[in-house]
Amino acid sequence: MTAQATADRQGIDWARRRSLLIEVAIVLAVALSLMFIAPVILSSFYTNLLGRFLALAIVALGIDLIWGFTGMLSLGHGVFFTLGGYALAMHLKLQIPPTASTKLPEFMSLYGVTELPWFWQPFYSFPFAALAVFVIPAIVGAILGYLIFRNRIRGVYFSILTQATTIIFFNFFNGQQKLFNGTNGLTDFKTLFGAQVSSSNSQRTFYILTILILILAYALCRWLTSGRFGRLLVAIRDDESRVRFSGYNPTGYKVLIFAISAALAGIAGAMFTIQTGIISPNSMNIAFSIEMVIWVAVGGRATLVGAILGAIVVNFARSLLSEKFPEIWLFFQGGLFLFVVLLLPNGIVGWIRREGVDLFQSLTGTRKRSFTYPSLEEDPEVEYERKNIGD
Amino acid sequence: MSAKILVIDNITVSFDGFKALNNLNFSMDAGELRVIIGPNGAGKTTFLDIITGKTKPTEGQVLFKGRNLRSYSEHQIAQMGVGRKFQTPRVYLNLTPRENLELSCNHRKAVFPTLFSKTPSAERRTVAGLLETIGLIHKADMKANLLSHGEKQWLEIGMLVAQSPDLLLVDEPVAGLTDEETMKTGELLLSLAESHSIIVIEHDMEFVRQIARKVTVLHQGSVLCEGTIDEVQSNPRVIEVYLGQPHEAEDNIPVSAKLEEHKTSLSAEDIVTT
Repeated sequence: MTAQATADRQGIDWARRRSLLIEVAIVLAVALSLMFIAPVILSSFYTNLLGRFLALAIVALGIDLIWGFTGMLSLGHGVFFTLGGYALAMHLKLQIPPTASTKLPEFMSLYGVTELPWFWQPFYSFPFAALAVFVIPAIVGAILGYLIFRNRIRGVYFSILTQATTIIFFNFFNGQQKLFNGTNGLTDFKTLFGAQVSSSNSQRTFYILTILILILAYALCRWLTSGRFGRLLVAIRDDESRVRFSGYNPTGYKVLIFAISAALAGIAGAMFTIQTGIISPNSMNIAFSIEMVIWVAVGGRATLVGAILGAIVVNFARSLLSEKFPEIWLFFQGGLFLFVVLLLPNGIVGWIRREGVDLFQSLTGTRKRSFTYPSLEEDPEVEYERKNIGD
Repeated sequence: MSAKILVIDNITVSFDGFKALNNLNFSMDAGELRVIIGPNGAGKTTFLDIITGKTKPTEGQVLFKGRNLRSYSEHQIAQMGVGRKFQTPRVYLNLTPRENLELSCNHRKAVFPTLFSKTPSAERRTVAGLLETIGLIHKADMKANLLSHGEKQWLEIGMLVAQSPDLLLVDEPVAGLTDEETMKTGELLLSLAESHSIIVIEHDMEFVRQIARKVTVLHQGSVLCEGTIDEVQSNPRVIEVYLGQPHEAEDNIPVSAKLEEHKTSLSAEDIVTT
């Protein structure tokens, strides 16, 4: 029996390793084709667009972690996205050529600021700015999360609080002309490491960098959600108070996953900013944060791949439609959301995993035929007895 | 006599003036298997709630292994060794039985050990052994929402044991089970009682008779009486609360006198409620 069990376990381990290898191969193949084939096929305009959407896919992964796996519907991830964007933009705005008459970002001189505000100072350093891109959102997320989760605020109340947070941050950034250029945001980036930010070479680099970061983010999320930690997240989503009676304190888990999700949003914001060339308080409006949730819902909750796919598909649909029929995009988005909620509650990827395989098999005739009843043939108990006891 | 594992000292719980528990005193020895019965609304579930920290008592204190539980939250009490099974089976439906048990079995429940360390092989063996005990070994890797009601009940009892608690609180373990499953559950609880202290809340009198050594009857938030199953079933006040006393209000005849008439004609089946 023990020998049998060990053999079984080894078999399971091997199967698991093989499926992991297949997954790694698929990810690499997709990544390489995105890196080298897509720029050849697509025009530089569309490649840049794809790069932006891949950046948005990073924040979608973050949403999937907290909503799909842990059951926390955040409608305020635009805040973390924007914070990350600003952190990088502040570094870019401090790339002032030595010949310039003033050592300040141009909007500051416009508003009569004579000295660089103290919190701008550290952003001269690129390593600091690069850290700030994800550390600041993570800290803000952790503090916010700790206050909310410690008081056992959940569900709709949590969502409302995250929305309120977006309003607070929006008003703060929008009102601070002297510090952040108010409603216009930070734009007109010149150089990074001496290279022109807007040059096609730099943009190509950012595009590839986005793909690399997306792969790392995906690997991180896969790791987080695959082990005991991931199962606990699902347990928290399904029955949080039961988790307490099993001896776990969900607060710590929720704070950590919320902070990680915020950090991913920050990174996404930075990569998006550098490819669009602007970050403004506009990306903190509530509609944008809700859109993020729609991407994940369309792609498929708790699937990770679905989050990435959803972000890309919805955004491409959006840019194609709003080019041709600018006035109907919002109707289309609403319709898409309704369609997904009513007909594909598990999103595209969820549908493929559940029904798609069956449909494909019955279309191609490769479906395994049942000789008795499906309930008998697929019942593991019957299967087990057949294997071990014989017919 | 071994030490008291649980002492409940003059507990009152009131919700907006309604006293769900009213000056309740209760104690049990380590290693005891105690059954608690009582009509609906007697405060049985509130009783478990105050032990597990879900509800804090308005007055009085709960001592578990000599420690006052008032300042601890649910997860701390669970870590101290109190495990609870809920009335309706609450297992994680999107996880497999194996994963359910592994989560409960995990001994280091802080965030980072759970994230970074792999499941120790000792825990894996415990889980495999438990799966065997609760008869789910060949359903170990399918989602728990595909299990039958009885299997979920068993899985939850297994999760409880995986936590290796000192005190098990089991709320209606045989609700909705077939007679055979009920028998098996009784045997399982009896074998667990050899190494744990257990409190079982149950309505099914036949089941109570199978497992009970000592029974406590709750009524309107207080302990009505305690004793063996036979003592309890012949207690006139117990019969009164279960069957009611129609003339009580009108003619003020001493209740005990009235009950004497009923007493002889009652048997176990009469007290079965659902």
